Amino acid sequence: MRFGLIGQPNCGKSTLFNQVAGYKAETGNFTGTTVSFMESKVRLLGDVVDVVDLPGTYTLAGTNPAEREVIKYLTSNEIDVVINVIDASNLAHGLAMTVELLELSVPMVIGLNMMDEADRLGIHIDVKMLSDLLDVPVIPMIAAKGRGIQPLFTQAYQVGKTNRMPEQPRFSSDVELAIKDIQMKLAGLNSHLNLRALTIKLLEEDESIVSEILIKKPDLQHDLNRVMNTLNQQRGRAVDWIISGERISLADQIAGQVIVRGKRKITLRDKLDDILLHPIFGYFTLILILYLFFQGVYSLGGWIEKPLMIYFGLFEEWLLTLFSQGDGFLTQILVGLIQGVSGGVAIVLPYLIPFLIGLGLLEDIGYLPRIAFLMDALMHKLGLHGKSILPFILGFGCNVPAIMSTRILEDKRERFISATLTTMVPCAARLAVVFGLVAFYLGPVIALGIYLFNLFMIALTARLLSKFMPETSPGLILEMPVYRVPTFRAVVNKAWWRIREFIVEAWPLLILGSIILAVFNYLNIANFFNNLVLPISWLLGLPKEVGVPLIFGVLRKELSLVMLGQALGSMEFSQVLTPVQMITYAVFVVFYIPCLATMIVIRKELGARSMWHITGINVLIALISGLIARLLAMLIF
Amino acid sequence: MTLLDAPLGKTVIIIDYRGGKGVYSKLRQLGLTPGRKVKVLRYAPLGGPLMVDVGGRSVALGRGIADRVHIEVR
Repeated sequence: MRFGLIGQPNCGKSTLFNQVAGYKAETGNFTGTTVSFMESKVRLLGDVVDVVDLPGTYTLAGTNPAEREVIKYLTSNEIDVVINVIDASNLAHGLAMTVELLELSVPMVIGLNMMDEADRLGIHIDVKMLSDLLDVPVIPMIAAKGRGIQPLFTQAYQVGKTNRMPEQPRFSSDVELAIKDIQMKLAGLNSHLNLRALTIKLLEEDESIVSEILIKKPDLQHDLNRVMNTLNQQRGRAVDWIISGERISLADQIAGQVIVRGKRKITLRDKLDDILLHPIFGYFTLILILYLFFQGVYSLGGWIEKPLMIYFGLFEEWLLTLFSQGDGFLTQILVGLIQGVSGGVAIVLPYLIPFLIGLGLLEDIGYLPRIAFLMDALMHKLGLHGKSILPFILGFGCNVPAIMSTRILEDKRERFISATLTTMVPCAARLAVVFGLVAFYLGPVIALGIYLFNLFMIALTARLLSKFMPETSPGLILEMPVYRVPTFRAVVNKAWWRIREFIVEAWPLLILGSIILAVFNYLNIANFFNNLVLPISWLLGLPKEVGVPLIFGVLRKELSLVMLGQALGSMEFSQVLTPVQMITYAVFVVFYIPCLATMIVIRKELGARSMWHITGINVLIALISGLIARLLAMLIF
Repeated sequence: MTLLDAPLGKTVIIIDYRGGKGVYSKLRQLGLTPGRKVKVLRYAPLGGPLMVDVGGRSVALGRGIADRVHIEVR
C-alpha cells in the first residue's frame, strides 16, 4: 500500500515525513522532470507501506510543473491513500486545497497539524464536525512532537483497505449547471481524472487538459465557449476566478462552522514585528543585527585564520628546506598544493562555517524576508529587490559566502546582477591591499576616498546593469513566516550540506589552479606574465612588473600586495611607486577579476557563462575605474 | 479603491484583481483572492512594500501590485 503526503508549504508535511521515514529514505524524480519527491518504507500494523512526500504546493491548479506532476501522481493508480496535511492555525487556507483534493475523488485522510500553534492563536477546532462536513477522517496532530502520527497512519491504512472515496464538493447552482452541461458531453470519455474533476479542469482552462481533451473531442470547444461565456456574463469575471472563488468560499464556510475562536495569547513573537519592522527602529535593529552577524563571522574568522596561516607558512618553509636539494619542480608543485589547500582552509573554516550557521539561524528564525521588506524601497532605486542587500553586506568579509547567499533570490536576473555587484565589494583581502598600500603611505583619508569611489561605482554599475537587463517581476510578493525558534539540528545540517558542496566541488579546483600557477612560477615565465598584462599596466601608468602580482592576485587577493614587493624588489613601496601609481594600483586591484575561489563559486551557483560574463564586466570596470583614479590622483598629487 | 488606499489596521474585502495572470496566480497561492478578508498591518517607509494579514498569514506586497488589488470596506 502506498500513501501520498500532500499539503501546502510550511504545513509541517516534511516534519511528519522525517518523523516516520527511516534512514533509507530516497529522493526520486517524476520521470522527465526536475520535480522531486522523497519516498520511504514504513512498518505499520504488521505490514510495510510506502510513504511518498510530494512537493508542497499551494493549489492544484497546474500552473507550474510541480503542481502538474502532483495531480498526475495523485490520480494515477500508484497512490492508494492521500494524506492531506493541514496547518490547523491556517485552516481556511489549507481547506481550499482540500476542496480541490476532494474533487479528485481519491481515498483520503486529513492530518490536522500544529494543533498547539492553533491553540496559542485561540483557534479551537471541532474535529468531529470537520470530519463530518468533509466526509473524510480527520486526525489532530503535532508532527514536530510526534503526536497523532500513529493514529493518522492507522486511519490511512484502514481507508486504504476499504478504498473509500469521499463525497465530491458542490458549488453554487450556476456553476453546477455549467459543470453538468459539459460533463454530459464527456460521457464515455477515458481519462485519469473522474468526469466531474475533468469538467472543472476544462472550465478552469487548464492548458494540458484542454488540449488533451480537444484532440479527442474537437466539437467540445463550441460548448465550452458557450457555457463559459454565460458564466462570465452572469458573474462578470473569468471562469477560473469564479471556480477558485467557489473553493475558497466553501473552505471559508467550513472553517467558519468548525472554528470556535477563543482568546489569542499575545506572546513576544506577535510583538516582535512591531519593533523589527518599525519604520525607524526597524532599521536600527537591522543594522545592529547585520553588524553583529558580520562582526561575529569575521572576527571569529580572523581569530582562527591568522594562527592557521602561520602554521601553514611554517609547514611550507619546512617543506622547502626539506626538498631544497631535490627536484625544484616537485617542490613548486608541493608549494602550490599547500597554498591551494590552505586557501581553502582559510575560506572554509574561519568564514564559511560561522557564516553558514549564522545565515541558517537568520533563515530559520524567519528574519530574511523581513530584511527584504525593510530594504525593498532602497534597493528598487538600484533596480533590485530588497533581498539583494544581504550578499552586498557579506561581500565585505569574503565574496565566496556572499555569492552563495544569492541563492535566496528566486529571480535569475536578480541573482546575476547581485553576484556581479558582490564581486565589486572589496573583501577583507582587498582591504589589506588598500590599507597596506594607500592608507599606510598616503593616509587614511585617501583610503576612505577609494571606498567611497567604490560604492559610487557599484551603484553606477547597478543602474547600468538594470538598464540593460530590465526588471521583469512586477514587484514583491512574499510570505512573511511566523517567527520560530530554530532547531539546532536543522541549522547544523543545512550548514553541513552547503560546506560539503564547497569542499567537494570548489576546493579541488582551487588546489588545481594553485598548482598550475606554481608550475608557471617554476618555469620562470615572469616576463611572459608581465608582457601579458602590459597593455593594462601601460594604460594605467604602472611599472610592467605588476603583471606577476596581478595574475597571482587572482589566486588570493592578498598576494597582489605581497608579490608586488617581490616583483618591484622592495617592500618600501614609497621608493618604487609614485602616489598616483599606488592609488591606481589599489583601485585596479579592488575591481579586477574576482579571486579564483569566487569565480569557482560563481560557476557553481550561476553557471560558467555567468562566471565569464562577470569576470569580463569586472575587468572592464577595473580598467575604467583605474583610469579615472589615475586622472583624479594626478589632480591631487 | 485599491489595497493602497486601505485604512491601516482595518479589515477590507478583496473584490477584484486587475493585472497579469502570472501575478494573480502567485497572489492566489497566498490566499489573496476576491472574497477574502485582508488587513493592512504596516507599510515600509519611502515607498516600500506593505504587509497584509490574510487569514492569519502575513504577506509582503510591493506597492505596484497592491495598487492592482481592488478592495471594498464593509
